[in-house]
Amino acid sequence: MGVLDSTFHALADPTRRAILARLATGEASVTELAAPFQMSQPAVSKHLKVLEKAGLISRGRDAQRRPCRLEARSLRNATVWLADFRLYWEESYQRLDALLDSLRKDDPS
Amino acid sequence: MSLSVTTPTDREIVLTRTFIAPGRLVFDAYTKPELLTRWYGARGWKLVGCDIDLREGGRYRFESLGPHGQTMVQTGTVRHIQAPLRLVLTEVFDDQSYSGETLITHEFSEHSGRTTVTTTIRYATPEGRDAVLRYPMARGVGESGDRLVELLSHLMLGDTLLSDTLLSDTLASDPLASDRKALP
Repeated sequence: MGVLDSTFHALADPTRRAILARLATGEASVTELAAPFQMSQPAVSKHLKVLEKAGLISRGRDAQRRPCRLEARSLRNATVWLADFRLYWEESYQRLDALLDSLRKDDPS
Repeated sequence: MSLSVTTPTDREIVLTRTFIAPGRLVFDAYTKPELLTRWYGARGWKLVGCDIDLREGGRYRFESLGPHGQTMVQTGTVRHIQAPLRLVLTEVFDDQSYSGETLITHEFSEHSGRTTVTTTIRYATPEGRDAVLRYPMARGVGESGDRLVELLSHLMLGDTLLSDTLLSDTLASDPLASDRKALP
């Protein structure tokens, strides 16, 4: 998998998105992350590995705590692709707006 | 009204857009060749040929003309049709770089004169999906970045997970902001 592929893979999971949302408020340890999700620490660790591999988070050096933090730039790269895709199609839908507008005016009912 | 793009699974892209028109008109616009040629096509592309045998098992063929005069053909089968609510099609491009048939499901839902179209594009493989997401940029299209906060909050993480304030705080236009914040 390329970097972008692993980023999209990582973002496809709702728990991992929730973890990212939590990390957007500041760094947190595995224990702190596990608490609100009612998940075991190994389960959370598994998600963290996926996020770390995708470059979406980094782990601190503190051997005990190894705090996780959000890597905003990787998240930005992935969203840029989605933004581009959206802009690429938006014009088509704008033409459809205009077409529907004229169809509605001609519509007898 | 703006187009929303989400990637709920690693094989799908979901497009959602609302139009000010009743469902049957929108459905017509998606299924009648003489209407499709008036709107369908990504930036720079124009639908110039359009044939649809609009019944289950019927074939369709779209031919588009690109910004540099290049031709692109997509063909497929109508899998399911329930006017004016639902349309399911398969899709293969002639010069497709990824493998397998793509399944396209359009759902039309009307509420007080407005119709929301939800288009789920399901690729045969995650690689196919990612190839298509890359497509606009590969064509050299698009400014980007500036809608990051909006995208993140509305499209990817959902309104409930991250507030706009939080995002603009953390991921503001300055890409280094969060790095600096992370410093002790």
